[in-house]
Amino acid sequence: MRNLPEKQPVTISVLPFEVNSARPPCAPRRVADSVARFAILSPTAILGYGFPEDSFARGLACNPDLIAVDAGSTDPGPYYLGSGKSFTDARAVRRDLALLLQAAVGRGIPLVIGSAGGAGAGPHLEWTVAIVRELARELRLAFRLGIVRADVPAATVLEGLRNGRLSALSGAPPLDADTVAASGHIVAQMGVEPIQEALSLGCDVVVAGRAYDPAVFAALPMMRGFDPGLALHLGKILECAAIAASPGSGSDCALGILEADRFILQPLSGERVFTPTSVAAHTLYEKSNPCVLPGPGGDLDLRAVRFDALGEGCVAVSGSRFTPSPRYCLKLEGARRVGYRSVAIAGVRDPVMIEGIESILQQVRERVRALLPPGESDQGLCFHVYGRDAVMGEREPLRRQPAHELGIVIDAVAASVAAADTLCSLTRSTLLHFGYPGRIATAGNLAFPFSPSDLRAGEVYEFCIYHLLEADPLGLFPVEVHEVRA
Amino acid sequence: MTRLSDIARVVRSKNTSPFTYALDIMFRDAADYRTFKERDMVDAALISRLYGLDESEVLDIIYFDPALAIKICLPREVSSGAPGDRDVYGAQQHAPLLLWEFELPA
Repeated sequence: MRNLPEKQPVTISVLPFEVNSARPPCAPRRVADSVARFAILSPTAILGYGFPEDSFARGLACNPDLIAVDAGSTDPGPYYLGSGKSFTDARAVRRDLALLLQAAVGRGIPLVIGSAGGAGAGPHLEWTVAIVRELARELRLAFRLGIVRADVPAATVLEGLRNGRLSALSGAPPLDADTVAASGHIVAQMGVEPIQEALSLGCDVVVAGRAYDPAVFAALPMMRGFDPGLALHLGKILECAAIAASPGSGSDCALGILEADRFILQPLSGERVFTPTSVAAHTLYEKSNPCVLPGPGGDLDLRAVRFDALGEGCVAVSGSRFTPSPRYCLKLEGARRVGYRSVAIAGVRDPVMIEGIESILQQVRERVRALLPPGESDQGLCFHVYGRDAVMGEREPLRRQPAHELGIVIDAVAASVAAADTLCSLTRSTLLHFGYPGRIATAGNLAFPFSPSDLRAGEVYEFCIYHLLEADPLGLFPVEVHEVRA
Repeated sequence: MTRLSDIARVVRSKNTSPFTYALDIMFRDAADYRTFKERDMVDAALISRLYGLDESEVLDIIYFDPALAIKICLPREVSSGAPGDRDVYGAQQHAPLLLWEFELPA
């Protein structure tokens, strides 16, 4: 348990949810010409989540020095990294990219896209680059394209394992050579350096593989001499676009303006404002420690941060500091396939069955175990009982509270598609006709919403690498430069 | 008796990594936040009771003044999206906090 010291007083001068709808949307802020400033337009929280064209136009009217967007996350789970597929929709990504490419290339504004394709491994990057090339042809756009890969060869991970340069992050399982070999795609979150390399090679558009979210926003302003702490903190907020505003939105634009000793967040829609509390709240989001945020090459220290309201829905942030770490570490992510899934969904309305559900499911599991072909097990069988404890499991305080209706998902994971089908089918049929004690509804125990009742859900993955690797900031991230011609 | 829904602006949960999630409580009023912080009202014993965990499983509890917020870090039982997981984003693990009843000084 920690109670961090207050380094200096913090001002929260505006209370939450004060929305001034009469405010003209995005009056470009006037900053004295002598003040160095760098404006970044973040169109949307994730490439493919969409954004209103009028918000984007207001952002462009503010003359941004950079358009940057994060395309990825580990949030949707290990499947996307492991399988090489995107969690965003190709047509939605295409729509967003068309607007971004036209605006950026047409006006000579650098465009940086990070964690391409969601998980940022080779297949995700290629998927994104293919869409970029297709759009360039259709829209007759010519530009210099930088492609930065983030795939880590298994040999590099094994070497790190051998020479002690690899360490597990909180909760990650121990790593061995077999696990490394089983991980289909291993990526490292790049820092600002590889993106800066691509930009210094004159790239107009940079499509990067897995990247530390703030890096795509901070790379260019840091090259121009802006403070890394402010640039990275601004990147941390802009990577979610308007999520940090009030009301928040993952599919609206936001503008960030870096100055010498602070940055300003500016909304681009009349529907929302930034407030000191909305921005401070976002600083907590998805972070285990809001005071010190570790990243590639150092920590973002927010203990002395201040959030000040400027009016017109804008907030100024100052006091964010970057502290370089003695060793440059990169975060690695890897997922391995653990089997295939088949599921069946059914409802239970019978009160006698609901009363005895825990014991009934245990007995069904035992029957199924006895029916499975030799060598196959029920280990990958899981019952998600909605209405009891499907969301929280053992941590559900109300799991004994009586329900009038339960939803059961039979979740069967096994080593092959056929074995998953068998496990699911036998469990479904056994549960359907199981003669539990006190049963008076002898026709069938389950209400199926669908026919077929059993559905194949494909490959199942798990995160197996979530480790820090001490490495060179540039060595793992080769930069390719391509001339895209109209 | 008071509940968090009476005085908090945000009570939420979310993955902080594939192996951990965090519960965030953000107060509307600085005075309520200060009361919680000074009295250490959210501690490992409380989280252990609400979530049926060992106190030693509570990874961290951090008070963050700039957001009038308390962050509680917990380990996942199963890593995000692995077989047996129940909440891939970890976005629905906050509800027990809303059941908690406590007394605030008059």
